[in-house]
Order: sequence, then C-alpha cells, then structure tokens
Amino acid sequence: MKDFIIPWDDRDMGTPAKEGAPVTLTIDGFEVTVPEGTSVMRAAAEAGIQVPKLCATDMLDAFGSCRLCVVEIEGRRGTPASCTTPVAPGMVVHTQSSKVKKIRKGVMELYISDHPLDCLTCAANGDCELQDMAGMVGLRDVRYEPGRNHFEQRAAVGPNPEYIAKDLSNPYFAYDPSKCIVCSRCVRACEEVQGTFALTIEGRGFESRVSAGMAGDDFLSSDCVSCGACVQACPTGTLQEKSVIELGTPERSVVTTCAYCGVGCSFKAELNGDELVRMVPHKHGKANRGHSCVKGRFAYGYATHKDRILNPMIRDRIEDPWREVTWDEALDFAATRMRGIQEAYGKKSIGVITSSRCTNEETYLVQKLTRAVFGNNNTDTCARVCHSPTGYGLGQTFGTSAGTQDFDSVEHTDVVIVIGANPTDGHPVFASRLKKRLRAGAKLIVIDPRRINLVKSAHIAASHHLQLRPGTNVAVVTALAHVIVTEGIFDESFVRERCDWDEFLAYAEFIRDPRHSPEATELLTGVPAEELRKAARLFATGGNGAIYYGLGVTEHSQGSTTVMGIANLAMLTGNVGRKGVGVNPLRGQNNVQGSCDMGSFPHELPGYRHVKNPEVRAIFESLWGVEIDAEPGLRIPNMLDAAVEGSFKGLYCQGEDILQSDPDTKHVAAGLAAMDCVIVHDLFLNETANYAHVFLPGSTFLEKDGTFTNAERRINRVRKVMAPRNGYADWEITQMLANAMLKRSGDAGWTYTHPAQIMAEIAATTPSFAGVTYDLLEEMGSVQWPCNEKSPDGTPLMHVDGFVRGKGRFIVTEYVATDEKTGPRFPLLLTTGRILSQYNVGAQTRRTENVVWHDQDVLEIHPHDAENRGIEDGAWIRLASRSGETTLRAKITDRVSPGVVYTTFHHPDTQANVITTDFSDWATNCPEYKVTAVQVSLSNGPTEWQEDYAAQAALSRRILPAAE
Amino acid sequence: MPQPQSEPISDRISVLISEKLGLEGPLLPILHAIQEEFGHVPQGALPLIADALNISKAEVHGVVSFYHDYREVPAGRHVVKICRAEACQAVGGAALAEATLAKLGVEWHGTTKNGAVTVEPVYCLGLCACAPAAMVDGKVVGRVDAAKMTKLLEEAGA
Repeated sequence: MKDFIIPWDDRDMGTPAKEGAPVTLTIDGFEVTVPEGTSVMRAAAEAGIQVPKLCATDMLDAFGSCRLCVVEIEGRRGTPASCTTPVAPGMVVHTQSSKVKKIRKGVMELYISDHPLDCLTCAANGDCELQDMAGMVGLRDVRYEPGRNHFEQRAAVGPNPEYIAKDLSNPYFAYDPSKCIVCSRCVRACEEVQGTFALTIEGRGFESRVSAGMAGDDFLSSDCVSCGACVQACPTGTLQEKSVIELGTPERSVVTTCAYCGVGCSFKAELNGDELVRMVPHKHGKANRGHSCVKGRFAYGYATHKDRILNPMIRDRIEDPWREVTWDEALDFAATRMRGIQEAYGKKSIGVITSSRCTNEETYLVQKLTRAVFGNNNTDTCARVCHSPTGYGLGQTFGTSAGTQDFDSVEHTDVVIVIGANPTDGHPVFASRLKKRLRAGAKLIVIDPRRINLVKSAHIAASHHLQLRPGTNVAVVTALAHVIVTEGIFDESFVRERCDWDEFLAYAEFIRDPRHSPEATELLTGVPAEELRKAARLFATGGNGAIYYGLGVTEHSQGSTTVMGIANLAMLTGNVGRKGVGVNPLRGQNNVQGSCDMGSFPHELPGYRHVKNPEVRAIFESLWGVEIDAEPGLRIPNMLDAAVEGSFKGLYCQGEDILQSDPDTKHVAAGLAAMDCVIVHDLFLNETANYAHVFLPGSTFLEKDGTFTNAERRINRVRKVMAPRNGYADWEITQMLANAMLKRSGDAGWTYTHPAQIMAEIAATTPSFAGVTYDLLEEMGSVQWPCNEKSPDGTPLMHVDGFVRGKGRFIVTEYVATDEKTGPRFPLLLTTGRILSQYNVGAQTRRTENVVWHDQDVLEIHPHDAENRGIEDGAWIRLASRSGETTLRAKITDRVSPGVVYTTFHHPDTQANVITTDFSDWATNCPEYKVTAVQVSLSNGPTEWQEDYAAQAALSRRILPAAE
Repeated sequence: MPQPQSEPISDRISVLISEKLGLEGPLLPILHAIQEEFGHVPQGALPLIADALNISKAEVHGVVSFYHDYREVPAGRHVVKICRAEACQAVGGAALAEATLAKLGVEWHGTTKNGAVTVEPVYCLGLCACAPAAMVDGKVVGRVDAAKMTKLLEEAGA
C-alpha cells in the first residue's frame, strides 16, 4: 500500500512560514537562509534540526509558553524561546548546549509530574508530542513526590477536587482534562484558525483549565462548531477523536479530497487496513490550508451506514417491492428497457442527469453515454438548480463560466461583499479564512435578507448589512452601480482599457437613470438608501474589492441578471485580474464546477462549447465514432414536463435526488411516475428511488479514483482509499451500462480500465484541460484550469491581462419583479438555505452523528409575525404556498426581518420543496427557491401530503429477500 | 450554570455595559461596575457583555475566572481576607487562618450561615512588617492574633 502515500513533507515546522528578504544565520554549525521574520525554531527545522517544543505548531502563531524550545544565541543573554525569537543576520544559535538541555529536562519533569503515566493504554500512544518530547529531552526520572494533581480520580482521602471527568458531549471527539498540559494550542486554534472563539483558559495558575464556553457549558452547549481544529492542535491525548479511541492509531494514510461542499478541502484519510480511522485536514491542501469543518472532518460515517444499498435491484413497476439481482441481470434489464423505450418512442425519449457529487471522469462518461450511446443531448445536472446562472452570467460578461480567483486571494482583499451566501454554514473553511482576513482589518458588506453569522460574531462585524427583501437582488446591485457611476467613483482607466467602452457608455446611460437610485428603490428593496450609498462608496474606494456570492444570487427568476450585475460591479471598480479581488461564486457541491466543465448541460459539450458548432462536434465524433446530435437536448424541468406529456420515458439519474432537491415536488413526482424506466444510481434508496425501476448501488468518494474540481477551478485528486463495498466504482458502472446497451445494438463497448484514461480523453478533447494528467496532479498536488500549453501549471487568477472574451462586457440589468408575489392569502416571503452540520438533501449527513446539531428542519420567523399568529417557539406550524403545504416547527428569531420566513431543506419528511414554485431564471431555468409567497399558521401535525408521502415511501422501499 | 436573568436585572446590566462601552478596553470596568452594583458578576451577565463587546462568551468567562476578586455569588455582609503569604505564614498566619475557618465552620471563600462574614485567602497585603495581616472590608489590620480576630469577627456579627 506504500505507493498510495504521497511523499509530501508533513513535518510540523513549529511556527508559520513568513515572506520576506532572505536572512542567513548559523544553527548548530549549519548555515541556513530563511525569509526575514522567520522564527529561530522554524529556521532550525528548515535546516533539519528539530528543537523540542510543546506549545508551538506551524498552524498557529508562536506563543512562547511551554519553555521547552529554549536555545542559546551567541552574544545574547539568557535562553530565549526559539519560537518567539525572529532570526537575525549572522546569528549563531546552539540548540543543544548543556545549559538548555538541563532546562528542558527540568521543564519536562514538571509537566510529567502532573500527567498520568498510562501511555500504553492512552489513545494517543504513538501519536503524542508530550511522549515524543519526553523521549527527546531524555527524561528518565520524575523526582517530585506525589501531591496535588489534576489526573488522579481519588486523592489520599476522598475524591480529588482537581479532577475533572471527561467531556464526551461532542459526538466525534472527547475532552479529557486529566491529560491536559494547558499549552493553549486548542484555544488558539479555535481563535486563529477557525475564528469561533469557543474555547478559553479559565482560572489562573495551577487552576488554569481549558473551558468550552462559560462555566457550566460543555463542548456541545458551547459555541463550538466541531471543526476539529482543536483536536488537530492538541499535542496530547486530551482532545482526541472518539474513532481513534475506539479503533486505535491509524497506520497508513491516503491524501484525497472531501466530497461535501465546493471548497474542496484536501484530507488525509488515515486507516488501519481498509478501516477508516479518521479524516485529517491535509496541511498542503491549497484550498483549505490544513483546516476543515465538521462535515469533512467527521461526517463520513454514512459510507458504512446500514442503509447503504450494496446490491443492484430491479422491479417491473414502482408499486412492486425491490428484487435484489446480479449486476448482469440489473444491467441487462436496464439496457433492454432503455433500448425498448427508444424503439417505441424515438431516440430522444430517454436522458441522463449527471451528478455534481461524482468525479469529473464519471460525469464525463455519463454525458458521453447520452451523446454517444443514447444518441441525443438529453443531459442535465444539478447545477441547473444552483449555479447555472453563474455559468451564463459570467460567460456573457467575462467569457468564462467560473470564479476568477483562488481561495488564497482572500488574504489580499480589503473590502468583501458577500451576497446571497452564508459561508459560515455553507462553505465553513472558506468562511474561516475570510474571518481571519476580517480580523486583520478587511471590511465586509453583507447583502442578505437574513442576519447571517458573518454580520456579527465574535471579533468580526459587517460594516454594512443590506437586509433586502427576497427577490430584489437586481434592484440592490443596480443601485450600487448607480451610486458608483453617478458619484464618479468608478475606475475609468480600467473600464477604458479592459472593457468595451461603447457598451459601457450605453450601460452608464441606463444606470444613471434616477429610477435606479437607492432612494427610488428603497421602498421596493427595504434597504435604507443612505446605508446602500455608504456601502457602494466603501466598495468602490476601499482598496482591493472582492465579491463572493452563493445561491441567494442565482436561485431567482433574475438569477442570471444578478450575476451580470455583480460582474458589472467588479468591472466598474476595476476589481478583476489580480490578487484580492474578483468575482467568486461559492459553488455548492464538491464537483459542481467539474460537472459543468464536463459537458453536463444539454447544449454544451465539455469545455462549454455549444453542440451546434460542427467543429466541436467533429472532435468528439471522430474520437467516439458516432454522430452527435446538433440540437440541444432537454433540461431537467423539460424532461419532467415531457414525461408528464408522455414523450420522455427513461432516465438514468446518477447521484442526485431530484425529488427532494428540485422545486415543486409534486410535479417532479408526477414526471417520474410517468416514466417507464427510471435508473437511480446512488448510495441510498433516496427519495427519487421511490419512483425507480432499477437501482444501481453507488460507490463513495473513498472507494474510487478520480478528480473533483472545486469553486476555484482547482482540479484535486480523489484517491481510492478502500475497495468499493458495492463492488464497482461509479465510472465502472456507467461503463457497464453503456456496454450493455451497446451490446444490444451490436456496437463495440467502452474499454476504460482506469480513470486516468478518461482524463486523458478529456485532455485530448477539451482545451482548458489540455495539460491535465494524473502525473501532473501527482506532482503538483492540484492544478487550476485552464491548464494547457499557455499555462502549463494552471491558472490561479483569471483575466489578468485581458478578459477571456477579449473586452469585458457591461450588460444592462433591468429589475423585473418576480411573478411570485405576496398577497392577502400568502403575505410572507419564504427563503431557503442551509446550516453547518447538514449537507444539502441530507442523504449523507442525516446518516451521521451530525443530527445532534440539527435533527429537523425548522421555520425561522420574526417575533412580530409569530405573535400576530399566536405562534410560540417550538410550535408545530403549517407552511402553505400556492403550490402546496407542509408542517414543521417554528423557531422565533430576529435573524429574519418581519415579513420574511426561512427554512432549510435537509430533511425529506419536511419537504420544503413541496412549497416552492416552478418559477425559474429567465435564462437558465434555475428554479426560484429563494422566493415563495407563503402563509404560516398553527397546526396539529403532519399534512395529508406528508402522510401520503411517508406511506408511499415506505411502500416503495420494500426489498424482497434475495432468492435462494 | 447560567441562571435565568429576570428582566429588570438584565436591563440594568445592559445600562451598566453601555455606560462603559466607550472606554478603551471596557471589559474590566464593565465587570467592576456590575460587581459593585450586584455584589457579584451574575453568570447571566456574561452573554450580554459578550454581545456588546462582540467577543465570545468563553472569552468573558476566561477573564472573569482569571481574577479572584470577581465573585460568582454575592459575599456576606463583611469580607475578611487573611494573608497566606510567606511572611505572615512565618509568624503564625497559617494557624490563625485554620483556627478562624474552624471557628466559623466554613471553607475558604465560604460565608457564615447568618450571612455576616465571608472568609477569603489573600497573598500579601504589603503589611509584612506587621504580620500576620488581614483585611476587613478593604481596611488592613496588622498583628492579628486569635484575640484580635475574635474581636474583628464579633464586630462583623459572625
């Protein structure tokens, strides 16, 4: 298994890396040159010399409390701590003089005098820095008599008053105060890395203890978000993963990429044999820089959950119970049905939905299946319901369908606009990096109907929170541009040089119109004009300005228009093409960027090239030996409409739960029910599978090789950590399905034996991936597309010297109110979102301990609206819209404005999407999840729909025992 | 445990916080003001302070617990502090302290049943020349022997 281990240096260098002029010094006779500002400790580590240390680690700033890292420096008095002493030219350092060795031994002796000596049965045995350092300083004896201590449960008489029992309240890690050496690494990690400030040192002197929250709090009741940074920082067994306590220390590790959100964190999967012991953030991961969140770090238990389906299943009708069958039988059944449908209803009567959860290679194969085997372009992906407006809007204005920056760019930004995104919940690792920059002085403008955590939390606060009414993004963004243009604070030289000047003049005339002024739109948007003007001035004049946005921008009837408005703002203020600026969509799923890149849309071949272009089709036609349809295929909503009409009969849906995630659940159900063959390829019997005829068990990200592309266009390697429990990786299953169908039509089958071959095919056909190979990824860790002859090492920043489309294009952004309007029957506006501990439809996170933080969806409602309706906190309420109704519990909070209610969609029994309507973005059909007119009233329990749904789901999930 | 705050108290705490909010480094002055008003820093004040200063509850707790003089519960009507530093120990301070605690039937930081006296340790009152030393309600007393202590306690109504 050794060849899975990536030979990156994982040593702890003691203090963070610095940038600066080179400084040369001598350490133990070796000359070493390091950047100015580097600590003596790190300089020694660069020279290969480790100075003993306990409170220092390179994820945190030096603290200088443990006194173990003392050294002698010629010409200086005393024994300075090497972690807090910066290097100086010509310095001569001795790390092993007899004086410092004696000091270290004495310090270590003191530490050990208040530490249990149960190393052999300690969960950190072999993975403990205290143990290592005791060995390193050569401690052989502790001369102190037994006395007051923190580790013995019982004292000479009665219980030891200093002993504090373990805190096991967090489901994933334990806190054992008896092993704590009070180095403060956990407290500092919570502050510096995560930015939550949930931990502190309480008391003083001998009474100093690590405390989560205030007196009486435990880890679960404190502000702790379970990111794992403290566990990572702990040098002893004090903060320890429960999985390590249970399973033992892992002996091998594989670097791979998290399969949750679009941040795309790198992790080391640590194992014993094929048993995953823990996931540890990889410090060389370029997206996460050694940080993680509760989902990626801990919520992987779904991979071995008992609900996971491991055998293929089929059934004739969706009313029947499932029958477990062999792979051959399932694939033959599926192929026969799909080909049968095509014979009866025509070539275009079937299609696929690709998954943003699967790898690039898998997605590429699924769209190839449609185009080369089905013979049509009926492929769509869940980006349809999230970031399709990003693709369209940025494509039109800049010329590429992706974010312009890498995540490191946030470290250089001065003013950040966060619009329609809730990074602390949706993209937590990015949020931590943003918060770090905000604490260092950057300014923040939040545009959101809800008071998200970034608006105000420990040590950060937004300069301006523009709390707009849902659905008025375009009006607000346009008003910001109006202020910037009319007050003359736009970057004219940038616009003249980089953008189309004539188009700008037309745009400027449009935007100057007083009807776009903040005063004119205030009534509409609810944003105070003066506040908006201040925000616009801050963004235009505050230095490097970066815009980060999420689904609160795209999931509207004018989603694409808002994206264009954001692009306009960036161009107006000259904030494109360097570090610290740019337009940054926070992509939802791990590989939603990749699935779009791979040609998942019905009108685009891989690399965003329209199917109507014969020269693009020719590339694939010659390689695949088939003719590609020149007509764009059906989008998801069109597929469902066509199914209800009777012209679309078969669907292969990989790794997406459209029944739960897509709007207007009743319409989706009707569409699925009308099909003759629905093939669901997933880990679990998801909600969509209730309407499926074939179930192909999927593999998790731990069980396959491939690549994910994150929100910063970074192609990260996914590595096979263990064998697929279902037998095959997903790309193999798609290939088997393709081959079963090709066999029936007498054509030659596909013959991929490794995803690297699929990537080679992608590189050969898609210019922005031309230089990508697995060898390159192995060597560089990851690479950002475009990666080709022009930029062989990838492209961290886009549009540096010019826009991809040539001149940046200003597009007029006229606000058009959505057709979804409040009225007497539905007076409130519902908007939807996510929370930290659950992911999307919850199929994975609901099957982990993460449910302790969020076991049901709740409706946030303002105290004023609640009081009007006689609703108390925690009451069952009925939430009704023009499309449907559901019930859930109320949570009274002033995070939302009066007139606005908010919920999440993580739980299928709530089915928030029964409520949402089928209005959608004018350009891309991205559904308008974020605005629904609703009414809220008290209720006794589940609605009829919820009961019917539960009954139908139970019925359709029956599995017959396998035939003997 | 954070005790539920009745509304008038939390309103008053908010006023005390807002009075000091303009100071540079307002946390300690706020805690002083609250302790002065209520005789202790109620746990329920911590979230209010954290919110007003935009820091975390844990940080406020860290500061409050660092200083022994911030009380979690109100003291008795009188506070007797007995010095336990080296000079006083050398001339019988420890014995005096032990005898006092035994006499009152309390532990360190304890308050007599009638609520008259709270006894606390202190580490040096700067009165080493007149050891053993004590402090009663902020006033230092030197050369405290058993008789003097008895008198002090009687005056305090213990």
